[in-house]
Amino acid sequence: MTSVWPRLEPLLPKVQKPARYIGCEDGAAAKPPDPALVNWCFIYPDAYEIGLPNQGLQILYEIVNERPDGTADRSYAPWGDLEALMRAEGIPLFSVEHHTPGHEFDLLAFNLSAELTYTNLVNCIDLAGVPVRAADRTEGHPLIVAGGHCTYNPEPLADFLDAVVLGDGEEVVGEITELVAAHKGRPGATRASLLLALAGIESVYVPSLYDVTYDGPSVASITPRHPGVPAIVTKRTVADLADWPYPRNQLAPLTEVVHDRLNVEVFRGCTRGCRFCQAGMITRPVRERPADQVRTMVTSGLARTGYDEVTLTSLSTADYSDVSSLVEGIMDDSEAGGGPTVSVSLPSLRVDAFGVAIAAQLQRAKRSGLTFAPEAGTWRMRQVINKLVREEDLYEAVDAAYSQGWQRVKLYFLIGLPSETDEDTLGIARLAANVAEIGKRHNKRASCTASVGGFVPKPFTPFQWFGQNTTAELQRKVNLLKDATRGMKGVTLKWHDPRATLVEGIASRGDRRIGAVIEQVWRNGGTFQEWSEHFDLELWNQSMADHGLSIDDVVHRHRRPDEVLPWEHLSAGLHKDFLWQDWQDALAEVGLPDCRWTPCYDCGACTGYGVEHVVASAVPPAGGSQGTGQDLGTGGAVPVRLLGRRPEAVAG
Amino acid sequence: MTAAAQGRQIVRIRYAKAGRIRFVGHRDVARLFERAMRKLRLPVAFTEGFSPRPKLSFGLALPVACESDAEYLDVELATPADLESLPADLTAALPDGFTVEAAIAIAPGQPSLQQAITSCDWSIEILGAADAGIRAAIDQVLTAPELPMERIRKGKPTVTDVRPAILHVECAGPTSDGVELVASLATETVSLRPAELVQLLGSVLGERTLSEGRIRRLKQWMIVDGARCEPVSPPGSSTRPALVRAS
Repeated sequence: MTSVWPRLEPLLPKVQKPARYIGCEDGAAAKPPDPALVNWCFIYPDAYEIGLPNQGLQILYEIVNERPDGTADRSYAPWGDLEALMRAEGIPLFSVEHHTPGHEFDLLAFNLSAELTYTNLVNCIDLAGVPVRAADRTEGHPLIVAGGHCTYNPEPLADFLDAVVLGDGEEVVGEITELVAAHKGRPGATRASLLLALAGIESVYVPSLYDVTYDGPSVASITPRHPGVPAIVTKRTVADLADWPYPRNQLAPLTEVVHDRLNVEVFRGCTRGCRFCQAGMITRPVRERPADQVRTMVTSGLARTGYDEVTLTSLSTADYSDVSSLVEGIMDDSEAGGGPTVSVSLPSLRVDAFGVAIAAQLQRAKRSGLTFAPEAGTWRMRQVINKLVREEDLYEAVDAAYSQGWQRVKLYFLIGLPSETDEDTLGIARLAANVAEIGKRHNKRASCTASVGGFVPKPFTPFQWFGQNTTAELQRKVNLLKDATRGMKGVTLKWHDPRATLVEGIASRGDRRIGAVIEQVWRNGGTFQEWSEHFDLELWNQSMADHGLSIDDVVHRHRRPDEVLPWEHLSAGLHKDFLWQDWQDALAEVGLPDCRWTPCYDCGACTGYGVEHVVASAVPPAGGSQGTGQDLGTGGAVPVRLLGRRPEAVAG
Repeated sequence: MTAAAQGRQIVRIRYAKAGRIRFVGHRDVARLFERAMRKLRLPVAFTEGFSPRPKLSFGLALPVACESDAEYLDVELATPADLESLPADLTAALPDGFTVEAAIAIAPGQPSLQQAITSCDWSIEILGAADAGIRAAIDQVLTAPELPMERIRKGKPTVTDVRPAILHVECAGPTSDGVELVASLATETVSLRPAELVQLLGSVLGERTLSEGRIRRLKQWMIVDGARCEPVSPPGSSTRPALVRAS
């Protein structure tokens, strides 16, 4: 296999941040691609500093490299300056470790975490020297595959992808490697037979094996074209994270990246049931990593990388069972190690005093800012979205924060939620004003930033039937808030560009007809759409119009209850009637408590898979799941079932 | 209290940077050294205050994409460390391409590396250039009474006579892709970067612009008691370091 390094090297002095392209990270694989093995290139279709920290990609990268039959390299979208030089010199997309050209791999595997990277995905395929459309690929071309949260509606990318993996990839990546290895050694094997075989792997979706028909704005039918191809592809769930202590060798980059610290995943899944949150719905059930394994991963990770900061990642880390003991243990280990002070952080905080107490336990120095996500401005609205944070919980939390030395509080909110009224929107300004006022009692310099994002109703959430607010409506709500917060002392308003929210809606709610739109936006130069300086709504408007597609139909239209949704042939394990009932409950303003500590609602995520919530301790976090009316008491054990061989110790 | 009075130790480290990692910038190199020192549990001293920082102090920034035989940093340790094994340990803890060659204790109160360095020697490859042409250009540069060069300083174009910054330059002979120069360029009062020297030679030659290939810093020089010396002598060299050992 070849290397583009001799041709690339002279170009690097001419580009910004050339360290993006040299590999050499601590933890990078030394195993070169080998024609006798199955060679993967995992690609994050955005800039290196955004893509490198992605944990999903790093997990699969390690798992493949540990296999005797596979190798894995990585690649990222080259920045525009290098891309121009590469195209001028005829240098294809390359892997950063071995600088192997993209087209020499067996599989190019994309991580899909954000819809606005879709045009970069197409660009990467093209740069790799592979036809962008799956239908144009022939025997010698790599398979183009994808995984990640966006794959729950992969239809807008159906034209470009050979196969899509739904759900946890730890097991599937090995199964695909075995299948491709067998295929490589088989005389007369064809690409068509390989695709058919791939479709036989549980949770692998091969878009070209399905016919889609349309009825005006909506889909009429989605039908498998072969008898062996499943009518519905369901996601894969690994039952126990304890079996997958990855990444063992988290990459420590040579140049600064986002989230530049050790990351240890403490659990996957979330059972709070926030109705706007796709991640929470599609990753059920909760699977906690045993506390002793978390501690080992933290200690060994810090020692190996030299980082002095670790984030305990999950969708809601303060909900980890008996989180206080875990945090205490990590701080003890750090002190026992005698090394430099380690700082531990959580990606998000619970909106209550307990969340602040955890933060205080972790951040003994450097108390600058804390972030909370009440998500909506009124209790009514929070009942609709099932984010059952009471106003007093928030005030208690920020009072605790300001009184303990934090000066800046950031609050996250969504606008454009179902049934939202102007009173709900303006409630955001009212909350921010009250929070800033609480701050002033403790510190003259106290401030509060309200950060507002437009809501995109995502597939496999109870809000999937809801039509997204128009750009004009979102902008009107932003303006309401701008007017309301003008002159408020200590309050700053920030907002996400509603035009970008619109394009996220096109890419996450559309069907296969959006593929041609994405391709045209790419052909007209619309890459790096995640970056505000490159984002161009006009390219999308023009492309939708050129293909006779209505943005209104795709994004803003409420979907009919009997409508075939573009993702009808895929399943995140959630029963459709559960989602529909939850949607009706939302409209009736009925909240739903955290199912980890209450009886099952039969959403389907556990029962359909024969798995259950795996918790590390029977001790729920103090106060249970906040605001859900659950009175669990501080430190009281509840009768949950602890699964698997771990953990042995039940506190009590 | 001085560092010595507190039982602290200031260590001056000499390292080389070569290969792919020459594309890693100065600030990132600092972060890599911090991480490597944490891996080794080196007792690095921290600054006081709200946001303590490790006490690392680097010499003059090496431009991205340049290699170097002679980079330096000073690190203050809260308790003395074994300097015998430090070079090999640090080299192992750093990414491939960094070689830590020597570590010596220096007396507290020395001028910082940034202040002390007065000039650097460079090997500069000029791509696609002919030996004779470059030699002629060098002669012109060296005999010119002044060399006004327009540069952007604080956002404004200013014209500086850079002739005093060129202490020495000669053609070392052809390479596979061009010609190698060896130059000694000042870093204080009037300074000149290697790429600027190449630009200057191109403008002397007239019609065409020259492009630089590989650039390597060979030496950094400081003046101690009127004599030119290196902050830390390369390993195996017979010349004693000019600085007084702290212990």
